[in-house]
Amino acid sequence: MKELVVISGKGGTGKTSLMAAFASLDGNKVICDADVDAADLHLITAPTVKERHDFQGGHMAIINKDKCTQCGVCQDLCRWEAITDDFEVDSIECEGCGVCVYFCPEKAIDFPINTCGEWFISETNFGPMVHARLGIAEENSGKLVSLVRREAKKLAEENNLDLILTDGPPGVGCPVIASVGGASGVLIVTEPTVSGKHDMERVIRLAAHFNVPAMICVNKFDLNIDMTRDIENFADEMGLPCLGLIPFDPIFTKAMVQGQTIFEYNMESEAGHAVKQLWEKTCKTLGI
Amino acid sequence: MIISVASGKGGTGKTIVATNLALSIGSGVQLLDCDVEEPNAHLFIQPTFNKTETIYTPVPKVDEKKCNLCGKCGEICQFKAIVVINDTVLPFPELCHSCGGCMEVCSEGAITETGRELGIIRKGYRNGIEFIHGELRVGEAMSPPLIRKVREYTRADKLTIIDAPPGTSCPVIASMKDTDFVLLVTEPTPFGLYDLKLAVGAVKLLNISSGLVINRSDIGDNKVHTYADEAGLPILMEIPFDRRIAEAYSRGEMIVEAMPEFKEKFLKLYQDIMDLVNS
Repeated sequence: MKELVVISGKGGTGKTSLMAAFASLDGNKVICDADVDAADLHLITAPTVKERHDFQGGHMAIINKDKCTQCGVCQDLCRWEAITDDFEVDSIECEGCGVCVYFCPEKAIDFPINTCGEWFISETNFGPMVHARLGIAEENSGKLVSLVRREAKKLAEENNLDLILTDGPPGVGCPVIASVGGASGVLIVTEPTVSGKHDMERVIRLAAHFNVPAMICVNKFDLNIDMTRDIENFADEMGLPCLGLIPFDPIFTKAMVQGQTIFEYNMESEAGHAVKQLWEKTCKTLGI
Repeated sequence: MIISVASGKGGTGKTIVATNLALSIGSGVQLLDCDVEEPNAHLFIQPTFNKTETIYTPVPKVDEKKCNLCGKCGEICQFKAIVVINDTVLPFPELCHSCGGCMEVCSEGAITETGRELGIIRKGYRNGIEFIHGELRVGEAMSPPLIRKVREYTRADKLTIIDAPPGTSCPVIASMKDTDFVLLVTEPTPFGLYDLKLAVGAVKLLNISSGLVINRSDIGDNKVHTYADEAGLPILMEIPFDRRIAEAYSRGEMIVEAMPEFKEKFLKLYQDIMDLVNS
């Protein structure tokens, strides 16, 4: 079984639109949305939810006012300054470390497990899909990402599907690290802008750090041809394959507005042609 | 006065708005790039850097000679960052959240703290603008502690503009919390709208007043406009799609320099924000 994870470093380079287009090209796979913080893939794949589960991330401290003597031990020990002057826990600041709970001499602090999101197994026109929604302002996005990837793998095994297509989050931090570990390969979608290139370089280093083979593609390549060449040269120097250049094309936005992949919107667009070639080369490079 | 610039969805133009707003106002402004995972504002501001600081977070270091293998450190740790297995104590510094619990609970005084590198903070100047950004070490998972360190540079006598990361989880909250105004930047597409609603939820949770910039305002559909009206979210600026802007951006050029007529628009945006904050 192979897993391809699409990441970008910079947000808004076209990960999710490309991912949806790939999903519509290949029949035999599980779709996985690992951008749990701002998940958008479902807006195109229109999943019918079959199973819904709570996601329990970590614990949160709650002070029991009846038992609390306001001794201040918790305030002294809390490194997040999460305990207010009136001895209440600021749920946004609380890291869930449990130090206050452990050391409270009155045992006045409860530490219930916190439901901080939900995850789903769904059906789509393109195959089964695992996706999630992290609660607003919640932590543990990495843990939820690991969970949806694990469930996607399970689903693929159960259904004898040999590919998982995973839409990753932007950045290089905790949810991205959780998205790339153990993947068969990452496809980095960049754009020919100073920020696109800068962020691609960081995410290439991240993939190397975790020993995941990386491939590059440039979206909106004709926005700045010189920068596209720079990106291709950089990929070349790093020994990474640049598998495709996709032209700037309003079809991506038009299709998105209709809740469609670019192929559902129009089979014959120039961008669509480039995406098909990119997909074929990606499959070949991954050995699928 | 602190204005944070956030979006939910990535790539909607947060950095364009934050940098051009800062440069339009000019002297007396601090620009803090809190998108430490992928900081980009410096590519446009091109400051002269004059200070670099490496930032560490405390993680446990065990003196095995003093350790009696009681296992309390492993019990208190919620993050599986230290465990006792048979006759060894094993810290996993990459998983540590720096709560200090293991050190506190150790009765033998066997645990002290050492540092795990989170990344660096750079400080510089351009045209009277003070520029500070954090850059998360590639491989480091936790960005909020570095974001909080960047925000320690905030000076009360300045106007501080914060370029926040995308999303709505802990790094965004660390960037927006305790700011006076959140300027949300979106694009009028289904992805832009969906993620905007999440971002508005986060802003409401923090109880901060906010306004909206719609970038590439003539692509997509009008559902973002309708939503903003219904939600009482004031639309403070609309930037129509213009290939010249996209191309200038691609080269790292500031819009207010490539197209000077925009300076007035950004100053008007600033005035409108001030009016909202003071009303």
